[in-house]
Amino acid sequence: MIKRAIALIVALLMVWIMFDMLVNWNAPNDLSGVAREYVEKEPTQLGAVNVVTAIVVTYRGFDTLGEVTVLFLAATGVAVLLSRRKKEPKQGKKKYRPASEFLKTGTHLLSPFIVMFGAYIFLNGHLSPGGGFQGGAVIASGVLFLFLVFPDFKLNHLALNWLESTAGASYVLVGILGLLLAAGFLDNRFLPLGHYGTLLSAGAIPVIYTLIGLKVGTELSGILENLKD
Amino acid sequence: MTEILLILLGIGMVGAAIMAVHLKNLVAAAVAGGIVSLFASVIYVVLAAPDVAMTEAAIGAGLSMAIFLYAIKKTREKEVEHD
Repeated sequence: MIKRAIALIVALLMVWIMFDMLVNWNAPNDLSGVAREYVEKEPTQLGAVNVVTAIVVTYRGFDTLGEVTVLFLAATGVAVLLSRRKKEPKQGKKKYRPASEFLKTGTHLLSPFIVMFGAYIFLNGHLSPGGGFQGGAVIASGVLFLFLVFPDFKLNHLALNWLESTAGASYVLVGILGLLLAAGFLDNRFLPLGHYGTLLSAGAIPVIYTLIGLKVGTELSGILENLKD
Repeated sequence: MTEILLILLGIGMVGAAIMAVHLKNLVAAAVAGGIVSLFASVIYVVLAAPDVAMTEAAIGAGLSMAIFLYAIKKTREKEVEHD
């Protein structure tokens, strides 16, 4: 009873705070401070059409490196916790009901295109919405599709781990190249900026996003594979 | 027009969230949690934030729901084993 009363009081307090903010809120007509700097100077400075990508990969690139590290630690934690369980003796092999012909044919047709779409998203990260994280997540959902329809489908662990660690190490290496050849860590301008709006533009941003996409895709696929069996 | 859409989506999100908490069936609760993310990603698209919307749709509505379902499957299996 007391627990419920406290919960209700906290909820009402939140409503009161939020209501106050909502009543006094006006939509801003202008960008303020650092946002204006980014939007005005980014096209000539870094040459990426998608300003969000330029902020995520370059201006706030260090944060992205931290996010990738957090995801890496999460994937490692899942692998450590679940691989211990796998070593326990299994009582007989599990039997799965096979998927229907429709699902099988649909998966055969669609999954390569889903993975290709993920690659498209991270390769075009500097031109259109999306980027390494989104592309990697789409690739992992294509792999999830395969796992759901073919429960015995196995990923090549060696290739997956190799790809993941190479992508992660290359990401840091590209950052250090920016430190040595351009203005700072993860600066994209050590490669030519190219023609504004083409696929090969914005310096190292496509390279960095490809590496992030591969890393996130392999990590999330690894988590799914560990959870699957 | 957009405001009506946003309000409807917001009501849908709150409803799905309450369902996720109160549903006794865990699989249905996980699906309701996915619906919250799905509505949120539509709201992000309407508010002109497609980058965030893609992340929310792929990770919130897709992968995390799948991970919940795998986890529910695993825990149920274990309960049956100990009976």
